[in-house]
Amino acid sequence: MAIGKSVNRIDAIAKVTGRAEYTEDLYKPGMLVARYFRSSIAHGRVKNIDVEKAKVLEGVEAVFTFKDVPENKFATAGHPFSIDPDHQDVADRLLLTRDIRFMGDEIAIVVAQDEIIASKALQLIEISYDEYTPLILPEDILKKDARQIHKGSSNIVGEHQYSTRDLQVISGDVDDALEKADYVVEGNFETVMVQHCHLENHIAYAYMDDLDRIVIVSSTQIPHIVRRIVSEALNMPLSRVRVIKPFIGGGFGNKQDVVLEPMVAFLTLKLDGRAVQINLSREECMTGTRNRHPFHINVKTGVMKDGTMVARKMDAISITGGYASHGHAIAAAGGSKQSSLYPRMATKFHARTLYANIPVAGAMRAYGSPQVIYALECATEDAARKINMDSVEFRLKNIARQDDINLLSGKKILSCGLADCLLKGKAFMDWDKKKKEYEKCKSGPIRKGLGVACLSYTSGTYPVCVEIAGARISLNQDGTVHVMVGATEIGQGSDTIVAQMAAETLGLAYEHVRVVQTQDTDVSPFDTGAYASRQAYVVSNAVFRAAADLKKKILDHAGLMTGKKARDLNIINGKIVDTHTNAFLMDMKTLAIDSFYHKERGCQLTADVSHKTTTNAPVFGCTFVDITVDIPLCKIKINKIINVHDSGIILNPVQAGGQVHGGVFMGIGAALSEELMINPATGYIYNNNLLDYKFPTFMDLPQIHHDFVETFEPTSGYGNKSLGEPPVISPPPAIRNALLDATGVSINSLPISPHKLFTAFKKNGLMVSKGDADV
Amino acid sequence: MTTFREITFSINGRPRTLYIDMRKSLLEVLRQDLGLTGAKQGCGVGECGACSVLVDEVLVDSCIYLAIWADNKNIRTIEGEAKNGKLSRVQQAYVDEGAVQCGFCTPGFIMATTSFTQKCTGEKITEDEIRKSHAGNLCRCTGYQNILKAVEKSIHPDKE
Ligand code: FES
Ligand code: FES
Repeated sequence: MAIGKSVNRIDAIAKVTGRAEYTEDLYKPGMLVARYFRSSIAHGRVKNIDVEKAKVLEGVEAVFTFKDVPENKFATAGHPFSIDPDHQDVADRLLLTRDIRFMGDEIAIVVAQDEIIASKALQLIEISYDEYTPLILPEDILKKDARQIHKGSSNIVGEHQYSTRDLQVISGDVDDALEKADYVVEGNFETVMVQHCHLENHIAYAYMDDLDRIVIVSSTQIPHIVRRIVSEALNMPLSRVRVIKPFIGGGFGNKQDVVLEPMVAFLTLKLDGRAVQINLSREECMTGTRNRHPFHINVKTGVMKDGTMVARKMDAISITGGYASHGHAIAAAGGSKQSSLYPRMATKFHARTLYANIPVAGAMRAYGSPQVIYALECATEDAARKINMDSVEFRLKNIARQDDINLLSGKKILSCGLADCLLKGKAFMDWDKKKKEYEKCKSGPIRKGLGVACLSYTSGTYPVCVEIAGARISLNQDGTVHVMVGATEIGQGSDTIVAQMAAETLGLAYEHVRVVQTQDTDVSPFDTGAYASRQAYVVSNAVFRAAADLKKKILDHAGLMTGKKARDLNIINGKIVDTHTNAFLMDMKTLAIDSFYHKERGCQLTADVSHKTTTNAPVFGCTFVDITVDIPLCKIKINKIINVHDSGIILNPVQAGGQVHGGVFMGIGAALSEELMINPATGYIYNNNLLDYKFPTFMDLPQIHHDFVETFEPTSGYGNKSLGEPPVISPPPAIRNALLDATGVSINSLPISPHKLFTAFKKNGLMVSKGDADV
Repeated sequence: MTTFREITFSINGRPRTLYIDMRKSLLEVLRQDLGLTGAKQGCGVGECGACSVLVDEVLVDSCIYLAIWADNKNIRTIEGEAKNGKLSRVQQAYVDEGAVQCGFCTPGFIMATTSFTQKCTGEKITEDEIRKSHAGNLCRCTGYQNILKAVEKSIHPDKE
């Protein structure tokens, strides 16, 4: 039995020995390198570009500008294709552009023999611009006469709303409910642009293996989608494109977008099939790929004196930057979480997504939910405080319970352990005792406080997108099996749990299951890739069916060999046994050899399943945090933090813990220090490097604790639900709420940096100004 | 201008003599000239530690260490750590504690831990000292939590 065991990662040894091969390690002799020529302004149009000097530099093979690329706009978001034209992504991108929409936009590209020559050539390109005023703040972007960043778009990429009145799942108009509430609490919340900072930058190369076919090797989360989008961008049949995904050094959503692949494919086509690589520098990767959408959210909460929340009205603006990428899908996905977290109140969510002259925002871990739930959970805290109710008790009264109806999907919530998560977290923190103890720590320079916040998330994208997964399992001659899935391992451990699932259902030892690490669209089963925390959930349904099918074939063959009925046989610990007598009949290898080499019976025993999942299980969790605030130093110290999750059955406790730690760490970064700093007048980015962009180092973090409440989710193969993204969601609001608890000061924008604390403490009289003395 | 020069160093215990481009970093020579692709490039400018190797047992960011400086020195990279089909103590601890996710930071981290444990075997080490000694290595996946455990286990292999 492999499910629920903390087996070691299937790829751990390859990784600790340095033998795991990532894209950059797969060097092709003679490969050319390409580097982008990027805009040095945020908004404008190229007046003139002269690349002649660059072209004649020794070692330069070619230079292409916006004049040389197809006039064929394509969408880059890593979504499955949608048959419904209304649901297709916005096609607003060309391979190279004359119209500049953010600082670092791609105007030209140099192909050279090596990086040094390519960099020299970039300096020889001469350019002049017509400059326009950058549109960065929502009020400027939405002005009636504001310039259209994309012609015809009015700078709005998407807009939608949902409300309980329209959905008619529960009765109630949100405005009526707000009117009738004992109190209405209102807040404005802001989040900033943050970056994924996966340690491996974006990298891809392409070559042609005959006169027709393009092979792309790329660090991507979505090989099959890359194949489709490259074919769309270059207007060629999909089958002419082959995409290979080796080991990946992290993605967090940034590689759920098609970034470099159409360009390397274009370049190899132009250069007679020679291999061309683009390997982005860290600085380029942080501004020229994708980031997290900044949000501005207004939340109104109606609350009764007894602690019942009766209404919630949200209005959100999401900023997608220079190009749509995932665009409005982010705000829509984020806004939907209210309806699964607090499903029993009148609700209205309205959102608009805007273009702006800042770097492009796309998918990032938890896809809009960190922004929306940050606002919701700050607002929930404010509502609890308004009626003087304990933060945990207040949430226990209002959160989702099993059998509630998710009011947006209209579906019953089949498993929900959120209340138990809150109770576990509360006990771990010693909440009641600490609350009392900290009452004495609400004045003076050093203060202490506790905070809590909840989260809800989904286990995939259905019914917004198709959820399809493929698994192929073959028996080897030595009695082990090979599994191929289209799901992509990106560091989250999906190959390991796929092996555990297959071992569990087949009755084999985990060590006897090999999962093919590389995805190759020529051979891997179709799957849309790693995003939406979907893989363990959606893939479980395919792996379970393939393993069950292979098991049946194995037992049928054992029946042929022994003359017994297949239904009387089973596989236990890799051996065929007679279930009536418990007698050992043969080991797997004996059976395998017979199935391969017996001259009359058998074949290579293989099962191949492609399965669509038409359910989507919500997951839940919460963060508890205990902090000390040093007012003169404007510093928040986390004394203790825990995330407790209901993600269904936990397939591998140690690896699951790792997902939670990584999410909490990213959440702490977003809460306290991470921000891509953009000059609001010029669009200039100040800190696109790992020194100035402050994601926590080893020294900046406390111990990260985690726990689980295991529920059984009946719609998945092994009772499991999603886990990869959710842990990042709730730490920022929990920390903000703890700060409020400690100091009485609400800071409603992220990150809660020392700079922001200083301003807020001064404004609220916690720091007395002594002229220049307190600078 | 001659840009090539001969250098001799020991790489994972074996002597090598190479003609190298003087402009190249040690990381580039390891990866491009010697095919040792275990050390990774996450930034190229000394910010992330993914390229960490040991030069005469001192931990360096090989991306900002010129290859010619390695002349007559002993270089240790991740490729030399597992011997006779067996992982080093540090590597094994990383596997056992679930300290590996995407693995891109892992070779650099393991070299950092190897250097650290060599210096402090048998000593009483605080959590703070572990954090400080690894602060030059960034990881975006693990929150450093299981890496902390792996380092502790590397120092005290018997303690569970
Ligand atoms: S690659 Fe050397 S420190 Fe980042
Ligand atoms: S394991 Fe991915 S960066 Fe550390």
